[in-house]
Amino acid sequence: MDFELSSEQSMLKDSVDRLIAQRYTQEARERFKAEAPGWSRDNWQQFADLGLLGLGFDEALGGFGGSMTDTMIVAEAFGGGMVVEPWLGSVVLAGGILRHADFGGREEAVAALAEGSRILALAHEEEGARYLLSRVSAKADKAGSGYVVNGRKINVIAGDSADTLFVTARTGGGVQDEDGISIFAVPKGHPGVTVEPYRSIDGARYAAVTLKGVELPAAALVGAAGEGFPILEKAVGDAIVALCGEAVGLMEAMLKTVVEYLKTRNQFGGPLGRFQALQHRSAEMYVMTEQARSMAIYAAAMASEPDDRERRRAMSFAKVQIGKSLHFVGQYAVQMSGGIGVTEEYIIGQHFKRSTAMERQFGDTDHHLSLIDLLDRRG
Amino acid sequence: MDLSYTPAELVFREEVRAFIRDNLPESIRAKAGLSAYYDGSDVRTWHKLLDAKGWAASHWPMEYGGPGWSAVQRYIFMEEILQAPAPEPLSFNINMVGPVVYTFGSPEQKERFLPKIRSLDYWFCQGFSEPGAGSDLAALRTSAVREGDDYVINGQKIWTSTAHDADWMFCLVRTDPSAKKQEGISFVLIDMKTPGVTVRPIITIDGEHHTNEVFLDNVRVPVVNRVGEENKGWDYAKFLLGNERTGIARVGLSKGRLQRARRLAELSEVLDGKLSEDPFFRRRCIELEIELKALEVTALRIIDRQRKRNDGKPDPASSILKLRGAETQQFSAELVAEVAGPLGLAFTHGSKAPWQDLAEDDLTAVLGAVPNYFLSRAATIYGGASEVQKNIISKAILGF
Ligand SMILES: Cc1cc2nc3c(=O)[nH]c(=O)nc-3n(C[C@H](O)[C@H](O)[C@H](O)COP(=O)(O)OP(=O)(O)OC[C@H]3O[C@@H](n4cnc5c(N)ncnc54)[C@H](O)[C@@H]3O)c2cc1C
Repeated sequence: MDFELSSEQSMLKDSVDRLIAQRYTQEARERFKAEAPGWSRDNWQQFADLGLLGLGFDEALGGFGGSMTDTMIVAEAFGGGMVVEPWLGSVVLAGGILRHADFGGREEAVAALAEGSRILALAHEEEGARYLLSRVSAKADKAGSGYVVNGRKINVIAGDSADTLFVTARTGGGVQDEDGISIFAVPKGHPGVTVEPYRSIDGARYAAVTLKGVELPAAALVGAAGEGFPILEKAVGDAIVALCGEAVGLMEAMLKTVVEYLKTRNQFGGPLGRFQALQHRSAEMYVMTEQARSMAIYAAAMASEPDDRERRRAMSFAKVQIGKSLHFVGQYAVQMSGGIGVTEEYIIGQHFKRSTAMERQFGDTDHHLSLIDLLDRRG
Repeated sequence: MDLSYTPAELVFREEVRAFIRDNLPESIRAKAGLSAYYDGSDVRTWHKLLDAKGWAASHWPMEYGGPGWSAVQRYIFMEEILQAPAPEPLSFNINMVGPVVYTFGSPEQKERFLPKIRSLDYWFCQGFSEPGAGSDLAALRTSAVREGDDYVINGQKIWTSTAHDADWMFCLVRTDPSAKKQEGISFVLIDMKTPGVTVRPIITIDGEHHTNEVFLDNVRVPVVNRVGEENKGWDYAKFLLGNERTGIARVGLSKGRLQRARRLAELSEVLDGKLSEDPFFRRRCIELEIELKALEVTALRIIDRQRKRNDGKPDPASSILKLRGAETQQFSAELVAEVAGPLGLAFTHGSKAPWQDLAEDDLTAVLGAVPNYFLSRAATIYGGASEVQKNIISKAILGF
């Protein structure tokens, strides 16, 4: 047992922390959001230069190596700065498809991702799916040697800037079955694909992707036909680890901001921080943050657990704790800031929007509790 | 002990319901529902319709245009308005400045202001809070210096909701800087068109413009626009904040949200069936219903006690209503946001929604759900934050 970071990990942490401290002021973040893709290409190149875009990919594949713990370390720094670049969506989530599927052209794709020249996106969620990963109604019908895909995907992170979309569609099975889901690589601008970007509640850029009679060659298939679910599930597991890391970074930032605020905001002839009710609330926020940190570490360790049930349970465990902690820390960070806490301008307002979105991303607390229960019943 | 409404009260409820149904303009009704942010003209239109019916100022004495209702009738009225949902008669006018003017104002002020306060020809906003005076309101520093028949006012107000719609502002200003902090404050009415008044928007986290900063730069206000005595403003402010707090729990609003959550849950699939059939979801809805019932009975108990005591003093127990009422407003807003689920993650801010599978009404509810939850966080901050309510209960009731 050893919870210390290795010297390489400490160096990684220092360099990412420094990058965020230098580049990610609140004002700069607003500028990045206003750029054409909804984030900064310049930052993306910086991430590439630091090796962050190839993190988590085997060196044999053209990546930079690194474990899920390294991913979590980067995520924590990104969470604190509320990074708007689609690192989680593109490198961890859509990149997870590259990590966990075996298909022709994989090395080339990893190399392009790692050097920052290719943006990936996962187009999976659907309007009626709520949080259930296996609910896919988009269809891929066999046509000659290839496929014709029809369907509609939503909440696609970086959907409009992606060079390659990984699209899930059914080649078999019922709408909720884990079997029968296939993953296709669809290049940008492919005929029949419409991408409608929109903003998410926390300022990130999402897109809805509509596929109408999209003709794809057999080579577009990622992994084996109908066997996409395990790949998808592992990619989402990786994304949950990164999200846990981001959440911890975000909660630290909220706690720090609020504690500083309470120490300097004077009411009734002295700083608000002298009231014990507020000290205790802050202490509870600290406890919730540390409980979340423990589960982020746990999730990072369990991401590579080969037993499917154990791994999935662990990811859901982590997401539940993270969700509860975000909920508590987010709401009280706003409350203890008073009026400014509910403004667009103050950083806590932005933190709260981000924490609310994170509670929902990859499944909310209720969803994961039900999922654990379901896995336990299945035995 | 009798908890039931009388037959007459039930008939009254039907009458209110029918009036709203038959008179609430379709354009406003269309915004109703969860994400309903009425704009100023909606509030004005509906307020005027209520005023024409004689219902705008439900608790004012009849001599000033009140309808002469009992406390229970007023409670029923507010509940029906909120649950409809329809815009409330403007609280700043009806619950706040109106009662101060008819209780402490001069005969000239009553004549000049009350009819227009009641009809909303004068829309009032509340200029109390300042950057340095939030929970500690008495720390306010905006100064009013007497020059002839005017006060010259300098300072800054913040969180002045609806100032951008308002014609007038009732404002606390410091008229005696040397007195103890509660004792040098006066209550003045400021015409928003007076030179030197500048309104700057504050955008809240739902992305909307509800509230403002108001800068006062050598604003000349006639001394005749001071309500009551000079340096007694704090007493009037306390009166105002304690006045008519029985509606503050806004039970009807939460009930409306609960209905909306249940409706949306019928459209939502979870692991094994509809969300509306999920036992955990159902229990949470039931728990909220129970909480709302308890709040309703508590509100009626406080109304009854106040009626019997009849000393016009605010009841510290009404802090329960603000505290739990605000929390249930938040909880109900949150419930809808959770039901909206991943569909609630899109922030469209009035532009085209990316969803295709939902009917117009449900779509509005879904897209408004999360911004609405965001704004609901303010409910435990404004009007005396929860921590302040707990201080009132622990000091005024428990004697700590
Ligand atoms: C959306 C919105 C609309 C508003 N509209 C108006 C308006 O129209 N007119 C107007 O005049 N004002 C308005 N307000 C202002 C509101 O009344 C103040 O925000 C409120 O009084 C709290 O003050 P503050 O924001 O300065 O917070 P602070 O007083 O700085 O409080 C910060 C935190 O400390 C807590 N705290 C403070 N004192 C204590 C204590 N003694 N013990 C324990 N905890 C404590 C508070 O509860 C809060 O959680 C509005 C506010 C909001 C958010």
